Formats: sequence, C-alpha cells, structure tokens
Amino acid sequence: MMNPFRIAQRLREIGLSGINQRNADYVLRYNPRKFYPRVDDKVLTKQLAIEHGLPVPELYAVVREEHEIEELHAKIKDRESFVAKPAHGSGGDGILVITGRRGAKYRRSNGHLMDQEDFEHHLSNTLSGLFSLGGQPDAVLVEYCVQFDPVFDHVSYKGVPDVRVIVFRGYPVMAMIRLPTRLSDGKANLHQGAIGVGIDIPTGLTRRGVWGNEPVKEHPDTEHSIIGLQIPRWEELLHIAARASEMSGLGYVGVDLVLDKNLGPLILELNARPGLSIQIANGNGLLHRLKKVEEIAVPATDPAERVAFSRENFPTV
Amino acid sequence: MKKTQLYILAFVVSAIGLSWAWYKWQVLQFPLSPREEVEVWSIEARLEFQGNGGPNKVRLQLPSRGSGEVPGFAVIDERLISRGYSEQMTKPKGAEGRQVEWVIRRASGRQVLYYRANVVRDTAEVVESGEPKLREPPELTEAQQAAIDTIFEGVKERSADIATFTREFVREFIGEDPSDEARSLLDGIVTSEDRAQFMARALAIRGIPARVLHGLSLGESKAFQTLQPFLQVHNGTTWVAINIDTAEEGLPENFFLWTRSPRDLLVVESDRRPKIEFSVQRNLADAVAIATRRTEVRSENLVKYSLMGLPVEMQSVYRILLTVPIGAFVMLILRNLIGIKTFGTFMPVLIALAFRETKLLSGVILFTLMVSLGLLARFYLERLRLLLVPRLTSVLILVILLMSLVSVIAHQLDIPVGLSIALFPMVIMTMTIERMSIAWDERGPGTAIKEGVGSMIVACIAYLAMTYPPLEHLVFVFPEILLVLLGITLLLGRYSGYRLMELFRFRALAREREAAMAKGAVVPPGGTGGNP
Repeated sequence: MMNPFRIAQRLREIGLSGINQRNADYVLRYNPRKFYPRVDDKVLTKQLAIEHGLPVPELYAVVREEHEIEELHAKIKDRESFVAKPAHGSGGDGILVITGRRGAKYRRSNGHLMDQEDFEHHLSNTLSGLFSLGGQPDAVLVEYCVQFDPVFDHVSYKGVPDVRVIVFRGYPVMAMIRLPTRLSDGKANLHQGAIGVGIDIPTGLTRRGVWGNEPVKEHPDTEHSIIGLQIPRWEELLHIAARASEMSGLGYVGVDLVLDKNLGPLILELNARPGLSIQIANGNGLLHRLKKVEEIAVPATDPAERVAFSRENFPTV
Repeated sequence: MKKTQLYILAFVVSAIGLSWAWYKWQVLQFPLSPREEVEVWSIEARLEFQGNGGPNKVRLQLPSRGSGEVPGFAVIDERLISRGYSEQMTKPKGAEGRQVEWVIRRASGRQVLYYRANVVRDTAEVVESGEPKLREPPELTEAQQAAIDTIFEGVKERSADIATFTREFVREFIGEDPSDEARSLLDGIVTSEDRAQFMARALAIRGIPARVLHGLSLGESKAFQTLQPFLQVHNGTTWVAINIDTAEEGLPENFFLWTRSPRDLLVVESDRRPKIEFSVQRNLADAVAIATRRTEVRSENLVKYSLMGLPVEMQSVYRILLTVPIGAFVMLILRNLIGIKTFGTFMPVLIALAFRETKLLSGVILFTLMVSLGLLARFYLERLRLLLVPRLTSVLILVILLMSLVSVIAHQLDIPVGLSIALFPMVIMTMTIERMSIAWDERGPGTAIKEGVGSMIVACIAYLAMTYPPLEHLVFVFPEILLVLLGITLLLGRYSGYRLMELFRFRALAREREAAMAKGAVVPPGGTGGNP
C-alpha cells in the first residue's frame, strides 16, 4: 500500500483531475450557469441539435401530463422499438428501452416483458420527478431506439454502448466507449458496472479498459477482447462532438454519442459535469491535455481544425 | 486576481471575528469555557443610629457605577434596605461620587439601614475624575507652624517630585519613632481618618492638591470592616495614591474604591455619632451571567443588541441553531476533503440535529430501525404501483405509526429510547427513507447503503462536534467565532486538490506510474499527453 502523499504526487504527475479541481477550474470557470438548461433538458438539447443540423435520434413523442400516458400507446403503436427517457434524468437513470412487443406487452432490452400497467407506472413515476434532479416534475421523451453498430455486438451485454467525448473549448480532449455488462443491467453507466474503454483520439482505436477500479482486457460476459477495436466513422464522431459543445455554449462538456448501424453517430445527451472515470479508462489524467487547450489563445472557429489539433495531440497509449 | 480578493476577504472576515471575540474575552471577560466561575463580592454597609422621635435625614456616600470609575472593579447591582424610609439617589452637583438620602417623617429608638452591592472584577480603563483642588490649610499654632516648616524642609531635600515629596512627608509620621515635630503636629489626631485629612490639608501649604479616598480591601469574606483612607495627590498630570500607613505608592491590589467624595461618608441629622460597619462576602457565580451584567453596566446596548438580550426561550433556540454551522462545516470537510458520499447536501446535518433529541446511540439505532422498516413498507407500496406523492404520504403515515409503536414498546420495557422523539426528527426520517429508496431503485442497493452509511457517519461526527459542550458554549457566547468559520470555509471553497477518497479510487493509476518509473521507462510529465 502506497502512502497517500505518494499517491497524490504520482497522480499529480500524470495530470489527474479530482472533483474539486474539475469543479473549481473548469466547470465553474467555463460553463455559464445560464446555458445549463440546454444540456439538462433533453427536449431542448434535441431541438437545438436539430437547428444546428446535428444528428439525434428521432423524437416520437413528448409526454408532459399524466393523461397523455394513455394516449401514448396509440401514438407509438407503429413503432416496433423505442426508448422512453426522463427529460431531466442524469446518469442514465429511468431510461426504458423497448426492443419489441408481444401482444399488448412491451419487451425490454433485457428480455423481460412489461405489461401496459407497469409501463404506465414507470412513466408516471418519471413525470412525478422520481429521476429528475431535486425531484422536480419532469417530462418523458419517447424516441428512436438506436440499432447499434454490430462492431460492438461481441463486447456488450444487452444494451447500447455509447461513446463519451470530453470537449474543452471546442476541442475533443479525451474519449471512451462505455460497454454495458450483466452487472450494469444493460446500462452504459460506469457506476452501475459498465466497462469504460479508453479511445486513442488520433486513430479511434480502443486502448485499455477498466471495470470498477480494475483494468480489464476482455468483456466479462462475452469474453471478447475489448482492446484494439476500431470505432466506425471516428472522424465524423469527433466533428459532431466538437460542434455539439459549440451549440451548448459550455466550455467544458461531456458529449454522449451512440453509433447507429444505418444513421452513424447520433448525439444522445450532453453533460455539464462529466465524470472523472474517463481518466481511469484512458490510464491518464485530463489536466495536461486541458492545459494544452488552455494555451491556445483563440480557439479555432472551424471544427475540422480543432479536431485535427486534437488528433495530433491527444493520443492514448 | 480573484483569488487574492478571496484571500483578503477570508482574512478580513476571520480577523473581524477573532478580534471581536478577543475583545469580548479579554475586555468584557466572557469566559472561553462553559461552567467557568468568577468571584463576586457582596459588600454590605450596615448603618446604625438613634432616632430622636422627629423627622430624620440620613446621607451616605456610595460607590460610583460609571464605567471605569471604580478602578479594577464594577458594581453590577445594588440594593437599599430601609424600612419606612423613602430614599433618593443623587449625584451631588460639583462634587465627586454618588450619594443616597434617606428621609423619614418620624423615627425613634435604634434605627438600622443597609446598603448592599455586588461587585466583580473589571478591566475597564480607569477614569480618574476630579479636578485638582487645593484643600483648606490646617489651623496651626506657631510652634506647629515651625515644626511643619522643618519637616517640609527636610522632605524637600530628599525628594525629586510631588509623588516622592508626598511619600517622604507621609513617612515622617509613621515608623517606630516619629520626630518631635511630627509628634507635635499629630497632637489630638487619633484615627487614621483624621490623620489622612490632616495630611491632605497640610500639603496645601506647599501648594499640592490632595484628597482622601475611602475604600475596602476585597479578599476573602470578612465581617466588621471599616473604610480605609488613602491619600491622593495630583502631580500635575494624574492623581497618585499614597498609603498613609506604609507610605507606599499606588492602591493595593484588591482595593475597592468606595468614594472619593470630600463630604463626610455618613451624615445623620438626629445622631452625631452614627455607626457604620462593612462586611464582605466572597461568592462564586456563573461567569457568563456576570460578564453579561458587567457589560450591561458598561454599555446597555452591547447587551441589548446581542443574543443575551433575547428572551430565555429564544436564547435556547439559538444555542442549538448556532451549532448548525459547525455541523455544516464538519460536513464540508468530510465531503470536499475526505470525499464521503451522503444523501443530499445538508441532510446529515439535519439528522445530527435530530440526534440532539434522541441522543446518539438510541438515535442511530432508532434511525436505522425506522429507515429499514420504512424502506420495507415503501418497497411493498412500490409493488402496488402507487403514484409518487400518495406513496410518500403513506410512508409518512407508516413512519409515524411505527414510531409511536416503538415508543410504546420501549416504554413498557422500561427502555428510555424513543420517548424523547419530537416533531422534527420525524420529518427528517421520512425524507431519508424517500431519498434512500430512490437511490436504492436507481443506483442499486450498493450505492444506497453506501450513501446511507456515509450520511450516518457524517451525522454522528457532526452530532459529536455540535454537542461538544465547550464548542457549543463558544459559539453561543462568541457568535462572531462563526465569522472565522466563514473565513476558513471561503478558503476551502477554492480548494482544488484531491479528496482522500479519490486517492483510493485512482490508486491503480498511481501504482501504474510507479511501476513504469521503477522500470526506468522515462515517462515525461504529461505522460501520454504528448508534452515533450
């Protein structure tokens, strides 16, 4: 066991950022409070993205009132699969993924069947604010269910893997892909047991994985290697992330994207306080990269230029 | 730039808090620790005289009550006991001090009046009032005149200034064997009172303003004391006191100045030789109460516009309320420096407040029990698919029923647990149950239990800090200490280092780097960040 001071010193050497530093030096300094609704309200995020011509999953319906829940069944009767999520949810909480139907019942992504009553109860809970920050009344978004790219078939367990890119002043600085596991119940949340895999920004290749606090090389459920996978349409993905941060007005933002089989990268959501686990997944701290971006006096207006800079400077070994 | 501003602000805020607290501690003498006691002297003057059957008037010189007018002491309260007499306190015009006048229409036989005062030590700056004035020179025979001139000549030889001159002059009249001149001057002067008065007047011959003080020595309890006269001369700038028995300069340590008025101490119309006796009783009293009284004597507004000026019930509320910042501060340390995860931001502080009413151990047991039972109930209700608000309401109803059940059972089993539950903990418990169950649903039992235990730990530590008696006393008597807490909090607000738990969380990365360094692989600072 190393002593705490030594740990702190080593972590400082690799430029690891703690929560306090992330909040004080980046979130508080670069993220104006007034732009928070743009990322906290997913309905608003979607609208903004569409205005900016950025790809997002198609919106099927928005439920705001209790009585609209019943009407929803009719509205989406033609959709085989869809996702229902709270507009103000955080960390993937309260997201319901429906992949099919069986009679009047819905089949969830984990294979369980859900009857209409259960489904309505879940939506009603969401509307009451069970999943929103501070328990505020919320809305439900019903949207296109991503048909994720087969590249990840072998390395995810019943769920949608997503790519998280940290974008600072418009420059993508670090990225990882989150792979759901049996433990995470199909959710792509590291706290709940998903695997985080660091991505080398210049090449779009996965480099190293972390599960909990342990480094892993294979997916624990499928036994397939998670190292050396090529993320499809990587350049395009970085572009979207860089532009999404521009649209949000936030200087330090986490952009969550999914890769659709047919549609390519789609923006799922943005996060004004992206977590720190991405550093473990990349085996490296954020600070040296962030400093490098801070040294740029005036960020380039062309996203392509910013992406080029990032691909040149931020490799993950 | 902004950081400098913050440092300055934090420093100023802390400095204000500290200096105000220091002033209260050093000057107003509020005690730093609870249950501290200070000496209080009850001085009683007992007046006895004969009435002549007709109207009577009695006049007594009293100690001053103004701030600093009694060096080293302060009169915190006083009382007159005089059956049948009407009384009036006056401040005689043009004269020093304060006096009381008792008047009665008819009085005969032995009469007894009392004056009582409670006196405590005080460090207020001494106000030496009184214009220097020459006394009437004494009437002397020719022989005495010659004697005093001889003495003055001798004294002048041995002295440098007015103080030393007076000291040497007094010394002539004391000692084993006074000179013939001194003996002739003291002819017919018996009491030390008369001697002091004579000396004060004699010094006027040489143009030295002098007066006589009267006071008591406060030490241990002592009955049947008389006032002790002291000679005071003015050296052009200040008054200097000289002991007429030892010729020492300055007032003794425990000297309580009764009066510096030139008038007679006690004048009774009907009786030429009234008797007056003093007794001193030394007691110990609560330091806070005494300090409050003393401050009140000094300046009424200081107390009126402080917490001590509130009604007692409100004070006891503030006694608790003022400890909340301590709890919040503990919470800040545990969350931002250690990194313990809790429910909500201030929930643990509220739980700690609730513990005040249940005490720690029974509080923890009760809380755990109630929260577990409430959670069970809630999970069942969840299966019934109730909406959020009705579900919360049902949980609240159940919690109250469960709590009353626990109280009844505990009472029957003679366990005092749960009998002290008040309204407040109930609400907190319900909120905790709701928060916990949401965390349970959303982030899994692991996180919920982790945050629950975290909240409990923080609540326990906060409770211990908030109920630690010296700390509780400190923030109540010196609320300005909280400004210091604010200063530290402002500084911690810019702490951007690692939290202790983060070191644990990221330790694998540190170990990796350690291993790389051991292998001799040169990893430039910045690692793979690409910085050369």
